Amino acid sequence: MAAWMPSPALLAHLGLIFVIFQMLVLSAAFMVWMERKVCAYIQDRVGPNRVGYAGWLQPFADVIKLITKEELRPKAADALLFSIAPVISAAAAFAAFAVVPFGTSTTLFGLLDEPMPLQVTDVNVGVLVLFAITSMGIYGIVIAGWSSNSKYSLLGGLRSSAQMISYELSYALALAAVVMLAGSLSLREVVMSQSGYWWGFIPKWYIFLQPLGFFIYMCAGVAETNRAPFDFPEAEQELVAGYHTEYSSMSFALFFLAEYVNMVTVSAVATSLYLGGWLGPLLPDWLAWIWFLVKVFLLLFFYVWMRWTLPRYRYDQLMEFGWKWLLPAAVLNLLATAALVLWIG
Amino acid sequence: METFAFYVFAAIAVIASLLVVAQRNPMYSVMLLITSFGALAGLYVLLDAPFTAVTQIIIYAGAIMVLFLFVVMLLNVPREEPLPSAIAGMLGPSGMRLGAVLSVLLAAEVLWALSRIAPGSFAPEHAESVSSVANIGRMLFTQHAFAFEVTSVLILVAMVGAVVLARKEH
Repeated sequence: MAAWMPSPALLAHLGLIFVIFQMLVLSAAFMVWMERKVCAYIQDRVGPNRVGYAGWLQPFADVIKLITKEELRPKAADALLFSIAPVISAAAAFAAFAVVPFGTSTTLFGLLDEPMPLQVTDVNVGVLVLFAITSMGIYGIVIAGWSSNSKYSLLGGLRSSAQMISYELSYALALAAVVMLAGSLSLREVVMSQSGYWWGFIPKWYIFLQPLGFFIYMCAGVAETNRAPFDFPEAEQELVAGYHTEYSSMSFALFFLAEYVNMVTVSAVATSLYLGGWLGPLLPDWLAWIWFLVKVFLLLFFYVWMRWTLPRYRYDQLMEFGWKWLLPAAVLNLLATAALVLWIG
Repeated sequence: METFAFYVFAAIAVIASLLVVAQRNPMYSVMLLITSFGALAGLYVLLDAPFTAVTQIIIYAGAIMVLFLFVVMLLNVPREEPLPSAIAGMLGPSGMRLGAVLSVLLAAEVLWALSRIAPGSFAPEHAESVSSVANIGRMLFTQHAFAFEVTSVLILVAMVGAVVLARKEH
């Protein structure tokens, strides 16, 4: 092989990154379709059913519509920050998935000398990296709110950042309890520590040890992704469309994409931390990623279901819930977990 | 490759930091400061200290700068206003001389500190102690336990102070 040729391992890795990226984009498209379909059935309608079989091609039609629309920018907006904001949002959403493992390892049916783990990168501080990237995503929203030079955008951006800061604490404390149990910050090792069964049939998933932690994680996750019932940044009765009021065309689509990719990431991380990741019965090792997909899909469905079932909270209720209930509960959960870990050793 | 990455990160950090002070728009200053912090985190990764890099992002670039942004947005000063006379006086010739003296002092301090580094102090066995989270935790709670506890009390005091200041009189 010539020296300038990249090694097969490197090519496989780049291929993996490409596949994950495409899967995330496709999952966002799928989520748009699922959201509209589920919402329709919950409201006793049929939903999109004209473009493709059962409306399958509807998201793609939407994307084409968005691409061909005119890109508008308010005259008084800050041009540079206005165009950077959606890029920051989308980039942070995609980058967070890099540390999530979704399967064991593969040699691509013998093509590679060494097995390649199904994960972009296994950092030994993976949980913290995830947390760092999520906190960067806030900037996209804040900057969008400020640079649009519109009161609705500004209020939306402010609300969103206040909400994210408030819930990030509970989110981090819930994660810390799992890290304590697993004894590692690498997501792959957290998943591996959940293998096996209690009494032969209950899987050793952390959801059974951390029911409160799982609840806190899911609440904080919904608040972090700005979804109903915590979707204040875009509460249309009060704020028109919140921080993306002034955005149109593809820059609007990027915010939309970021929101859905964030949902997928939050669900994937919940799967890894609480539901045993790709671990599951029946399937052989090389097909284990199917379990991962099934679990993530169920969580995403739960998200959509919740959005169309629960009404939006009031803003002061949200803050009160976050600071006076969720945070103390997360602290108690952490202390109890620490005591448990020390007691058992 | 690593040397190349070092120069890229270092250049970003230096240029962004210079631009922070050169900006008239506080919003841009904040954004550039975040960029500079990000580049510093990259340097920490190159130094085999991923934990330091990630905490740099979470705490400085993530938490503290969001508060900065909040303040800038709430005050909503897109351009710096002409300064009130009390502060403007400090920008006169005498103030500038003081600034010049201080910056020379700082430069001298940095040079002195750099010249005192022993050649062996960057040996791999030192790097080992910061690359693992478990090691950092152990050091923090044994060797540096006192400093750790004092810092947490300090933060508590600041929190109580903030609550007292923010509380409305009834």
